[in-house]
Amino acid sequence: MSDPSYEIVIGLEVHVQLQTATKLFCRCSTRFGAPPNTQTCPVCIGLPGSLPVMNRQAFELALKTAVALNCEIPAFTKWDRKQYYYPDLPKGYQISQFDLPMSQHGYLEISDAKGAFAPKRVGILRAHLEEDAGKSMHDELAGKADSRIDLNRTGTPLLEIVSQPDMRSPEEARAYLTELKLLLTYLGVSDCNMQEGSLRVDANINLHVATPQGTVATPIVEVKNMNSFRAVERAMAFEATRQFDVWNDTRISLGAPGGHKTTRGWDEQAQVTRPQRQKEESSDYRYFPDPDLAPVIVTDQQLDAVRASLGELPAALRDRLQTERGIDAYDADVIVNQGRAFVDYFSELADIGGDAKRASNWMQQDVLRVLNERDLTIELFPISPASLAELLKTVQRGELDTSRARDVFNVMAESGDSAAQAMQRLGIQAVHRDELRDLCRELLDANPNVVADVQSGKEKAIGALIGQAKRRNPNANPNQVRQLCLELIRQQGSAQE
Amino acid sequence: MSIHDLTATELIRRLESGDLSSVEVVQAFLKRIEQGDGRVRAFVRVEANRALSAAERIDQRRRGGESVGRLGGLPVAVKDVICTEGQATTCASKMLQRFTPPYDATVIRRLKQADAILIGKTNMDEFAMGGTTESSALATTCNPWDLARVPGGSSGGAAACLAAGMVPLSIGSDTGGSIRQPASFCGVNGLKPTYGRVSRFGLIAFASSLDQIGPLARNAEDLALLLEVLAGHDPSDSTSANVPVPEYSRLVSQPLDGLTLGVVREHFGEGLDSQVQEAVREALRVYESLGATVKDISLPHSRYAIATYYIIACCEASSNLARYDGVHYGYRTDETAMLADLAAEQRALTSRGDSPLLDDLDSPLVRMYRQTRSEGFGAEVKRRIMLGTYALSHGYYDAYYVKALKVRRLIRNDFDAAFREVDLIAGPVAPTPAYRLGEKTEDPLAMYLGDLYTVSANLAGICALSVPCGLNGQGMPIGLQLQGPLLDEQRLLRAARMYQTVTDWHTRRPEGF
Ligand SMILES: [Zn+2]
Repeated sequence: MSDPSYEIVIGLEVHVQLQTATKLFCRCSTRFGAPPNTQTCPVCIGLPGSLPVMNRQAFELALKTAVALNCEIPAFTKWDRKQYYYPDLPKGYQISQFDLPMSQHGYLEISDAKGAFAPKRVGILRAHLEEDAGKSMHDELAGKADSRIDLNRTGTPLLEIVSQPDMRSPEEARAYLTELKLLLTYLGVSDCNMQEGSLRVDANINLHVATPQGTVATPIVEVKNMNSFRAVERAMAFEATRQFDVWNDTRISLGAPGGHKTTRGWDEQAQVTRPQRQKEESSDYRYFPDPDLAPVIVTDQQLDAVRASLGELPAALRDRLQTERGIDAYDADVIVNQGRAFVDYFSELADIGGDAKRASNWMQQDVLRVLNERDLTIELFPISPASLAELLKTVQRGELDTSRARDVFNVMAESGDSAAQAMQRLGIQAVHRDELRDLCRELLDANPNVVADVQSGKEKAIGALIGQAKRRNPNANPNQVRQLCLELIRQQGSAQE
Repeated sequence: MSIHDLTATELIRRLESGDLSSVEVVQAFLKRIEQGDGRVRAFVRVEANRALSAAERIDQRRRGGESVGRLGGLPVAVKDVICTEGQATTCASKMLQRFTPPYDATVIRRLKQADAILIGKTNMDEFAMGGTTESSALATTCNPWDLARVPGGSSGGAAACLAAGMVPLSIGSDTGGSIRQPASFCGVNGLKPTYGRVSRFGLIAFASSLDQIGPLARNAEDLALLLEVLAGHDPSDSTSANVPVPEYSRLVSQPLDGLTLGVVREHFGEGLDSQVQEAVREALRVYESLGATVKDISLPHSRYAIATYYIIACCEASSNLARYDGVHYGYRTDETAMLADLAAEQRALTSRGDSPLLDDLDSPLVRMYRQTRSEGFGAEVKRRIMLGTYALSHGYYDAYYVKALKVRRLIRNDFDAAFREVDLIAGPVAPTPAYRLGEKTEDPLAMYLGDLYTVSANLAGICALSVPCGLNGQGMPIGLQLQGPLLDEQRLLRAARMYQTVTDWHTRRPEGF
């Protein structure tokens, strides 16, 4: 968004595989990674005479998502056949939804905690269910243009979520995807694994260019083959610049001759988009209602049950953490974005430890660091909230300084020890106040220059003594050393007067 | 009376009493097939050995005092549009000539559970598209009453084998009259159940919203018996009706008191053969003599039925048959030859420097699709795929498909109104008796018009049957059609049975069989 003479317009189509045990219209498993063509049956390979039967669970997961996306859910929805020929589409049509999708007209709120853009609502045009196609693997070795087809994926339930063209920057596009993925993860409807193809993104992008004659739209480009959210962000940035260059060269606007929609693919290696082969004929999918399937009726009771089952969703959770826990928007965002289990851990830690702000800091810095280093999820984190709370209380009471506490934390994370056990392992014990007073006295005697500095108002000079104290006794609490030293100097001063 | 003259109901009585063994019954029918099917060619495959060993097992079980199913030991012929596990199921098409399904249709499972013996698969119009069985890519079936005439279709083999006494029971499928019309042409009984009454799982689809499997038999009692085995809810078919199945075989013998038959004014207009009309009128008089009232009714939208039917059926067919693309199963064009042709075309265009044509040249995949489908389908199938594809195309969808759906609704409303006034609707099955082989093959429109009286039942989803009600001057059978309200097959069967207690048309057999 560097060039103010145009506005970027982005709409996203996201295909999400729903986490069902079985496929949308048959009982085959949807497990990823099985040997090719081992998870198939007459229905999903489209053998003559086979018939589809809708998987209720898939429809319920789709409903859940649609409700969470604030969509309108019509009482009546039906299945349509989208017809085209391709070797990985064994029936010659895909069962999808055309003119009466199961949900439409919703929205998703996005924002950026660092303020890269103002919070906004991205409209959801529609979300509909359909079956996935199989996978073609093209093997062009030795001049043999053979293709292999794996139909394991055929019939896996997909929810296609189509946004309005409401995003105005690559950052917004990425934020939308991140928030959508978070929502889907909170709902537990999909694992959103882009590598395994359970979340796929296509983008439509063009520019609104300001000209002396008014705003002009450039031709829409559909961008495919983006394998990460970062790739989407980069592809959008690349496309915006490219389209602006093309506009400057050609002045071809949307709908003008040569201004029809085209398709480009993102080349991750080269970080550019490249034109994809256009289909010769304009595609006519000849949609019509699938006569093998009954329409689906959604009742109000069903919708109520779905609403009740949603649980607290990310946007509400962020608000609640701010108001109830008193942490700021940025912190709430980081915590909520880590997922529901992370939030639960945080809440328990804050409850037991009694200090939400401290809990939040430790979660974001230390807990997240360990999770990232060890590639763990919070569910597998070795320190229980109660144990961590125990450690934080020790810090709060001033018995342990932060850097020492971090040592203890690391031992706990490594060994699974309680805070007390870890402290023992590290030989940390509370130093008796008299012992500490003696140590401070010795240090002051040995460093008259420091005493003089402090007496002349440079309290900072005390710092030199803290280091020495820790060297003589690692368990010495720096705060206590500071206080004792200051106290002793003051006593000396008053004794001299 | 010899075995092949007995009805299914009588055969079962004798099998149960021990008068006959299943092996004897199966052997008798296999012999009939051997003697007669060279002339009729009703079967595309006869499973003699399989049938005999199945019969032996049934006999053993009976002798051992075990209980056996409703059709225990009785041979049944199956139209080759219904999937049978491990046995070829071809739809009488080159496309599926070598296709063997890995599963049984639900009706086949039900037949097996009832201990029926599957004796063979019967010929049909390719993919059930046609009214004469002439569009079969495998064989031409002849009408046992006159071998120069068509048996009707698409279940021509199913009706012909029954008429020729080669089986006591047969199952077919009816999309626009494909059970009733061949039953009437061959002088046997055939019933199209209410849409949803019999599972379509394993029935190779022609037009999914119209297709229905149903029984063909020697009389109404046998129809009832077989329907009772076939019918019932199937969770594998989302369009299957989840309602209880009446005991047709017990109910069938109960006459209907105060029966009111509706006669559709529009059915007695232009195009109806006078001898057919007379036979139907006579059948109505028989009903009156049994105490029934005959009432004139109108189905005002029936004149749009043919157009509506052919749009909907072809649209669905164009989609249902898309899967036959040579990729996963079934016929595929000779790839080596195809690739060689393509390479030659490419060379020729390159040397001519014709780059626009070169750009338009098929990819190997597209050429494989084109050639496979061109070679694998017959003319009638291609005609309907093209009609359906056209009608579903962008810009035509509303004018054809959507309008057809609206008219379909009106046709259904007509029936709903009619059935508030009458119990059943009676009339002809087809405008004429069986015509000569080849007579209409060049005139598809004339053939489509032959479905005039039967397609409405499929469009409305109601049940209907055909019973023999006369012979014309040339000795060809004529059928009476009875149509009943949704799910009211028992009323149809009882009415048919009433008629057959006082008439003997259903007992007539073609000469030479
Ligand atoms: Zn499957």
